[in-house]
Amino acid sequence: MRLGPASLLSVLVLVSAPFVHAQSASMNLPQTVTAGSAFSIPTSGSGQGTITIVGPAQALRRSVQLGEAISFPAGVLYDAGAYVVILNTGSSISAGTLVVTPASQPATLSFLAEPSRLPVSLPDGISGAAYVFDAYHNLITQPLPVAFNLSGQAGADQTRTVTSGNGVAWTRMNSAAREGSAKFIASIDGVSSTRIIEEVPGDPCNLTMSAKPDGANVMLATAPVRDCSGNPVPDGTIVTFTENYNGMQSTADVPLKRDIATVEMPGRPGATISVASGVVAGNEIRWEGH
Amino acid sequence: MRHLFALACALALPVAIQAQQPNVQVQPPDLHGSRALEKLTESSVVHDYLESWQMLGQALNQNRADLLTADFAGEALGKFTDTITDQTKFGIHTRYQERGHNLQIVFYSPDGLSIQLIDTVDYDEQVMSGDKVLATQPMHARYVAVLTPSQTRWMVRVLQTEGQ
Repeated sequence: MRLGPASLLSVLVLVSAPFVHAQSASMNLPQTVTAGSAFSIPTSGSGQGTITIVGPAQALRRSVQLGEAISFPAGVLYDAGAYVVILNTGSSISAGTLVVTPASQPATLSFLAEPSRLPVSLPDGISGAAYVFDAYHNLITQPLPVAFNLSGQAGADQTRTVTSGNGVAWTRMNSAAREGSAKFIASIDGVSSTRIIEEVPGDPCNLTMSAKPDGANVMLATAPVRDCSGNPVPDGTIVTFTENYNGMQSTADVPLKRDIATVEMPGRPGATISVASGVVAGNEIRWEGH
Repeated sequence: MRHLFALACALALPVAIQAQQPNVQVQPPDLHGSRALEKLTESSVVHDYLESWQMLGQALNQNRADLLTADFAGEALGKFTDTITDQTKFGIHTRYQERGHNLQIVFYSPDGLSIQLIDTVDYDEQVMSGDKVLATQPMHARYVAVLTPSQTRWMVRVLQTEGQ
C-alpha cells in the first residue's frame, strides 16, 4: 500500500488528536484555588460532558452541562497540588492545569519535641520543631509566626516566637535549674500542641563520704548526693566504693537510697578507699582502723 | 516514505511518553543551623526521596496502593492511597514521566527526626483511560517534601506541590 502526503498528514492528526483542545467545548480554569474553598469553572459549548480533575493527591469527576459554569462547593477539592483538568464531551477533549494552594489559616500543628527527659541546667538541651498544617492537612508554606513556650515548676518561662519557613518553625530551649515536669508548647493562632518534658537532676556534684569502724569492718556512707544545682540525685544512681590494700582492689557498686549510699567493707588498716559516681570522683580516705 | 514514517513517529512521541531517567541536580543543603547533615545522610535522603517518586509513579500508573507502603507514611500515604481509589473508580490511571529534579535539603530538625527538602520538578502528567490517552500536560512545579526515618530508610510523610 502506498500512502501519499495527504494520508500521512491524516495519520499525524489522528495520532496527535488527544492534545488538541476541542473547538466545540472549552473551559476557563482559574489560575489557583485555595484548598477546600468553593470555586467554579465556566465552560462553553452545548450538551453534556464530564470534567475530571486529577493530581497525585486527589482525583475528582463530575458530570457537566456545557455552556454553564461548573460549581465545586467548599470542601470538595482540598489537597494542595498541581492538577490536570480534563473536559470530555465524548467527541472532544480539552485539558489544562489547576493549582490548589494551602489555606492560610492554621488548623493543626505537628510538634516534635526532644528529649522527653533530660538533666537540669542544660543549655539548648531541649529542641522543638513545629510543622503547620491547614484544616485539610496541607503544609502551610507561607511564613507564619509560631510561639514556643517552656514552663516548669521552677524558674522563669522561656518564650520565643519563630517565623516558619517552608511550613516549619523550630527552636532550642534551656532546661530549668530545678527538677520537675515542664510543659513545652508550640502555638499559632489559637492552635497549640503540648509536650511534657521531664527535667531530672544532673550528675552528682561534690561527692563526699565518711567512714566509721564497725567491728572488723568499716562502714562507709556518702553525704546526701546532689547535682550542681542542689537537686537530689535520683535513687538508684550507682555509687562505686573502691578499696585498695597491698596491691589488691575490691569494689562495691551501691545504688543511692534516699540520697545516700552506704556499704560495709573490710576494715584493713592502711587501706585507701575512694568513692565515685559516673564521671564524678569523690574524696579518698586512708583507713587506719579508727 | 521511510523518512516520513520516522517523522510521524517523532511527532507522535508525546502520545507514548518514553521512559527515561530524569536529570537530577542536588543543591548544597541550606539548613540555617538547624542540625549538621552528614554526607551519608544527605545521600540516603536524596536516594530514598527519588525512589519514592518512582514508586509513586508506578502506583498511580497501575492503581496499586500496595506499592506506596515502602516509601510513604502518614499524610502522604493516605492522600495517594485515596487518589488511587478514586482513579480506579473513574477508570483512569496516570503516568508521571519525570524529566528533571532540582532539589535542596532546607531543614533537618535538631532531634534528627525529620528532614525537609524543596524540589523543582519538571514532568509530564499523562491521564489515561485504559490504553487511551485522555490528556498530557507538561508540569513545572515546586514540591515540598518532609521525610522521617524508619528502621531502614527515609519515608516521605508530606509531598506537596506549591504550584506551577
